[in-house]
Amino acid sequence: MEINNSKLILILGELDDQGLSSSTVELLSIGRTLADSTGKSLSIALLGSMAQKIAKQAIAYGADFVYVLSNPLLDSFQIDLSLSALDQLSEKLNPEIILLAKTLSGRDLGPRLAARLEVGLIQDCVKIELDPSTEKIIGHRPVFGGNIMATVTSTKFPQMVSLRPKSSSPLEPDGTRQGTIEQFRPSINVSQIKTRIIQSIKEENNEVRLEDAKVVVAGGRGLGNSDSFKDIQLLAKLLGGAPGASRAAVDAGWVPHIWQIGLTGKTISPDLYITIAISGASQHMAGCYGAKVIVAINKDSNAPIFKDAQFGVVGNWQEVLPAFIDTIHELTD
Amino acid sequence: MLLNIIVLIKQVIDPDIPTAEFKIEPGTSEVATPFNIPPVINGFDENALEAALRIKDSQETTVTALSLGKYFSMDVVKKSLSMGVDNLILIEDSQDRSGFDSSITAKILSTAIKKAGNFDLVLAGRQASDWDNAQVPQIISEHLGLPCVTLAKSIDITNNNVTVERQLPNGTEIVQTSLPAIITVSNELGQPRYPTLRGIMFAARKEPIVWTPQDLGLSESTLTSQLQLTDLYIPTSSTECEIMTGQDAAAAGRNLALKLRKEKLI
Repeated sequence: MEINNSKLILILGELDDQGLSSSTVELLSIGRTLADSTGKSLSIALLGSMAQKIAKQAIAYGADFVYVLSNPLLDSFQIDLSLSALDQLSEKLNPEIILLAKTLSGRDLGPRLAARLEVGLIQDCVKIELDPSTEKIIGHRPVFGGNIMATVTSTKFPQMVSLRPKSSSPLEPDGTRQGTIEQFRPSINVSQIKTRIIQSIKEENNEVRLEDAKVVVAGGRGLGNSDSFKDIQLLAKLLGGAPGASRAAVDAGWVPHIWQIGLTGKTISPDLYITIAISGASQHMAGCYGAKVIVAINKDSNAPIFKDAQFGVVGNWQEVLPAFIDTIHELTD
Repeated sequence: MLLNIIVLIKQVIDPDIPTAEFKIEPGTSEVATPFNIPPVINGFDENALEAALRIKDSQETTVTALSLGKYFSMDVVKKSLSMGVDNLILIEDSQDRSGFDSSITAKILSTAIKKAGNFDLVLAGRQASDWDNAQVPQIISEHLGLPCVTLAKSIDITNNNVTVERQLPNGTEIVQTSLPAIITVSNELGQPRYPTLRGIMFAARKEPIVWTPQDLGLSESTLTSQLQLTDLYIPTSSTECEIMTGQDAAAAGRNLALKLRKEKLI
């Protein structure tokens, strides 16, 4: 598709137990801005039996058109079926822009849908903007572990872009917004399934989900053993937040994988992120891109974490942390 | 049953070098090769090599490592042979385009996989530490019509079936598919093994097979980019860190808590 006269932006939406997933709401905000500045319409695809119920929510968050793919085969994410269904929808709509989130399912879906549409995917953008002369999307993406930023554009249509979750703020929903809800019935069947999920084992972290926590307290390799993470847990609880860890601490076996923050772990966006004995390697920082205020306790004054932190103490955590926790105890009592 | 496994490996700039060593070649959109710091095999690709070698430990298997690049350091890519891989195929490209456009990388590698002969399983790291695209194996699965399972922490092959335990952010998932398939491997699979003395001697003798895209029947006109790299820049941090002090470390910790309260952060 070299020429594209379509005026359509298509978002590949995702649902969770609460309705639209948080990354989908973020995409609607980005898509709305793009649509308004280019005079295009904003469409979203929603998959599964719940899609019809959620469609109005998508309109309130900015969609002009909602395509409901209510086939129950799409209720849980199965890559082969979702891919086929969204390929068929894209062929029908011929969008100029396709936006998706770089979530667990987005990571599998995006590159494969791009391959089927014979276009490139600008992966893992933390910011997008429009080239004022060509109106093409310029995607800004961290490369080399976040040490370098690259700007990338598409040479073909549709321009396909995946966005890193938490890289933008959602719009306030507006229940009075008008939009159109349409059914789309892709031709899919169970014989297309190549990979079967036999078992899913969910590990629950704590009362507060790390991804949603307003406060996160995390420890790194410098904590030295799993016992020290009791202090991390205590402090997180005291502040109503969630505990986390760097990959080094997870690889050492001190805490479970579900605590891991970073490029290969979770992406967090708390108001306050307190790091204890975390050096701040770029692979870790890739997971806390959205943190508003970072606080660092580290004995190495040259640790890269101090470049991103707003407040810090240079010192041995064994000496700093007890007094820090005691004072917070006094202040929050 | 003899298994044939192909492992995709990539030579990358050592990701553990200090942040200040990552530089852009002045006046270009190219990342500078750090002076005097040898490249490495991408970490997740070493996990993929380990996954293949664990399968080879338990059943009759031939493992072939396959790599695409403009320039190869033999010490680096031959590490795969010294770890226990049987064959090494290098695709020498006249251009360095293994970076931002995964579709070209995937096209060349898909063609090479077909030329390499019969295979049952293709393994790759979950993403590369340089361009972090995490796309190539997924696109190859489309080109070759293979089932694709990502983020493996263990792989079990029984007859023609493969069972994969996937490490997900909130737990694990067991997925089954049939061979041939392509699977990406995550670091949770475990540490890659060290080269053995026997492996090092084997690697020293073993010559890699070297192909070019032209050998694969891919002319320059078939390798058109679908993406364009328009710029590279070094991200700047606008944050100025306020370091809290005190007469000792404990006092500094106390002052930090008081400061956070004053800023209404706690």
